[in-house]
Amino acid sequence: MFSLEHFLVVGAALFCIGVVIIITKRNAIVVLMGIELILNAANINLVAFSRYDANVLQGQMFALFVIVVAAAEAAVALAIVLRVYQYYQTVHLDKLDELKEK
Amino acid sequence: MSVTEIIFYAFAALTIAGALGIVLTKNILYAAFSLLLTFLGVAALYVVAGADLLAVVQIMIYVGGVLVLMIFGVMLTSKTTDKYLPSPSHNRIAGALAGLALFGLFFTAILKASFSTLPWITQAEQHSRTVSESTIAGIGINLMTDFVLPFEIAGILLMVALIGAAYIAGRK
Repeated sequence: MFSLEHFLVVGAALFCIGVVIIITKRNAIVVLMGIELILNAANINLVAFSRYDANVLQGQMFALFVIVVAAAEAAVALAIVLRVYQYYQTVHLDKLDELKEK
Repeated sequence: MSVTEIIFYAFAALTIAGALGIVLTKNILYAAFSLLLTFLGVAALYVVAGADLLAVVQIMIYVGGVLVLMIFGVMLTSKTTDKYLPSPSHNRIAGALAGLALFGLFFTAILKASFSTLPWITQAEQHSRTVSESTIAGIGINLMTDFVLPFEIAGILLMVALIGAAYIAGRK
C-alpha cells in the first residue's frame, strides 16, 4: 500500500491549480470552478488522513460537512452571479468597476 | 506495482489533467466538462482511500448538483447569440509562477514533514486500524450521536442557502 504522501501531493497540485485559475481567469463562473477545486483539494487531504482513524472517522465526517457547505456556497454564489449579470450585462470581473475612481 | 497503485496513479492523472484542462481551455463549456473529469477522479481517489460513502456523495452532490448548477450559470450569463463562450486568461505568467511556487512549497513541505511517520499513523498501521471495510455504518452512527449538532446546523444552513439563493436570483 502506498503512503499518505501520494494523496497529499495530489491535493496540493489540485489546490495550486485552483489558485492559478482564480488568478488567471476573468469569468466569474470559471473563478467559482477554481474555488470548488480548492475545496476538493482540502477534502482529499481530510479523507487521506481519515484512513488511519477507522474508529472515529473524523476526517470523513469533516469532509462530508465541507461538501454540504460547498454546495450551499455554490448555490448562493451562482445566484449572486446571476444578479450581477442582470445588472451589468456581463460577468467579466474586470468590467465590474463601478466603484473604481475613473 | 500493485493494482491499487495503478488505479491510484490513473485517477490522480485524470484529476490533475481535468484541472489543467480548466486552466488551459478558452471555452467555458469545455472548462465545465473538464471539471466533470476532475470531480469523477476525486471520487475515485476517495474510493482508493477507503471512503466509499464520500465517493457516492461526491458524485451525487458535485456532478449531479454543483456542476449542473455551473452549466446553468454558464447558459444564463451568456448572450444566446454567441456561438463561442470565451474565458480568456490574464496574468498568465504571474499565475503560472504563483502556482508553481506554491506547489514547490507544498511539495517540499510534504516531503520534509514526513506525515507517514507521525506516531498515531504508524500506530494505526501497526495495529491494522486503518479503514478496510465500508464506512457507511460508522458515518451513520456518527451523524446521529457525536455529530448530531453539526448535522442539524448543516440542515439549517442548507435551508438558509436555499431561501437566500431563491431570493437573490429571483426577479424583483
